[in-house]
Amino acid sequence: MKSGTWKIRGWLSQRSYWTLAAIGLAVPLVAWTALSLSDSVNHVFLPGPLDVVRRLATWFSEDRLLDDIGISTFRVVAGWSLSALVALPLGLMIGNFRVVQALLEPLTDFVRYMPAVAFIPLVMLWIGIDEGAKVAIIFIGTFFQMVLMVAEDVRRVPMAQIEAAQTMGATRWEIIEKVIIPSAKPALLDTLRITMGWAWTYLVVAELVAANSGLGYSIVKAQRFLQTDKIFAGIILIGAIGLATDQAFRFVRRLAFPYLYVRG
Amino acid sequence: MSAISVRWACKVFGEGHSRIVALDKVCLDIDDGEFVTLVGASGCGKSTLLRMLAGLETHTSGEIEAGGQSVVAPGADRAMVFQDYSLYPWLTVIENIKFPRQLAVHTRDCTSADVETASGRADALLCAMGLSGVTNAYPPQLSGGMQQRVAIARALMARPKILLMDEPFGALDAQTREVMHDLILHVSKLEGCTVVFVTHDVDEAIYLGRRVVLMAPRPGRVDSVYDVPLPRERALAMKHSPEFLALRFRILERIRDTSGMRTDLELLQRLSQQAVPI
Repeated sequence: MKSGTWKIRGWLSQRSYWTLAAIGLAVPLVAWTALSLSDSVNHVFLPGPLDVVRRLATWFSEDRLLDDIGISTFRVVAGWSLSALVALPLGLMIGNFRVVQALLEPLTDFVRYMPAVAFIPLVMLWIGIDEGAKVAIIFIGTFFQMVLMVAEDVRRVPMAQIEAAQTMGATRWEIIEKVIIPSAKPALLDTLRITMGWAWTYLVVAELVAANSGLGYSIVKAQRFLQTDKIFAGIILIGAIGLATDQAFRFVRRLAFPYLYVRG
Repeated sequence: MSAISVRWACKVFGEGHSRIVALDKVCLDIDDGEFVTLVGASGCGKSTLLRMLAGLETHTSGEIEAGGQSVVAPGADRAMVFQDYSLYPWLTVIENIKFPRQLAVHTRDCTSADVETASGRADALLCAMGLSGVTNAYPPQLSGGMQQRVAIARALMARPKILLMDEPFGALDAQTREVMHDLILHVSKLEGCTVVFVTHDVDEAIYLGRRVVLMAPRPGRVDSVYDVPLPRERALAMKHSPEFLALRFRILERIRDTSGMRTDLELLQRLSQQAVPI
């Protein structure tokens, strides 16, 4: 590392970056191992990494871990897709037309502060206790944020890009289709990536609703039996799945928008 | 016949206490094929007037006609080049230039022969603007000057009768700007289109314009119009000719007089005469 490392928004080599990233991940792991080996903390409160790995193995071999992952992933992706399906066109309308913005944005702003957990009793009443209820909780948790973010992405399209199309004789729909959507696409993909992360954080809440499978459910059940190692395993699994999804999104971004990565 | 005719056009922004008269009773006639530059201090409404010609801004009262038609909305007959951020970064240079071909206005009743002609036109523009080497590059890969060449080529693609330019070289360095000046003069002659060019740079306004329209602020208005006493064919050396320098002096004086800068200058002078340590 040369001088300039601490320059604001300074430059860092790929190698230094990944070394630091590895250190950042390794330090908590080492500290955790050391703490659990030192016997100063009760294993019930803080299981060691080995306990967690062992638990993962038995979860996999005896407790249908893959099914839990599968059903949880399904719930998250279903809730998130549903919310994207509605939020994308609605956000596009809010971002493009002041009338729609005035009509819907204050309302959305209001609803998004309501805690998704508090909707559980209502969702159970209205939708029941099947898969639909879990998907609905994740939908409620992500949808309102997503709409506002999509609207903001749309509003950030430079006015000059829109006006240039107008002076070339483009119609309103042509501007939306050929300028605003392609221009906002990278930002929209980022919004989808970020809200996918939020959808995962609502999983545990969603699986409070009469679930009998899933990662969130397993965590809640493990709490009842004081299986802290399983709680750790569940949390780490969700984190790992989230990280993998995030990387997948970044990969797609590079493939889909090559122009963002070219430099003269 | 005049390409553009502005009659008593006014533009008012806001209402009540925040009411601002951006343009007050503007009258202006621009001939077919003329190159007119609008110059003035900031706040004189020169960009607003240009945007009104484009139809991007509506006029509050008065009448604006382009090609004999009343201007109510943007139209393909009046293309505009912006100072910045108007290119589509997800399209390559050639795709940007061909963008008008994606629009219904330019493809309605279009035969395959027309498509071929259009393709030839894009190549011709690419050549004329010196962009042949970067055909398949993306805009972010290009320098500011090259990006503006693409923007101009794209604006010209659909053969607009009128080319509106809003400080298109404002963000470029002085050397690049000089090259762009000769390029735009050359291309506008080649295309035979009417050009209205907004700038705050008096040298640029004189070098490019057949006429210079000087605008003044508070309220925004046309203050005076100057015929540029230079040959039609401009060359860099003319920037040092006595005619050029005399006109430059006159226009700069007039801008100082109309922009309220005079009081600032007098204050500065008084301060320096008193020479009191502050």
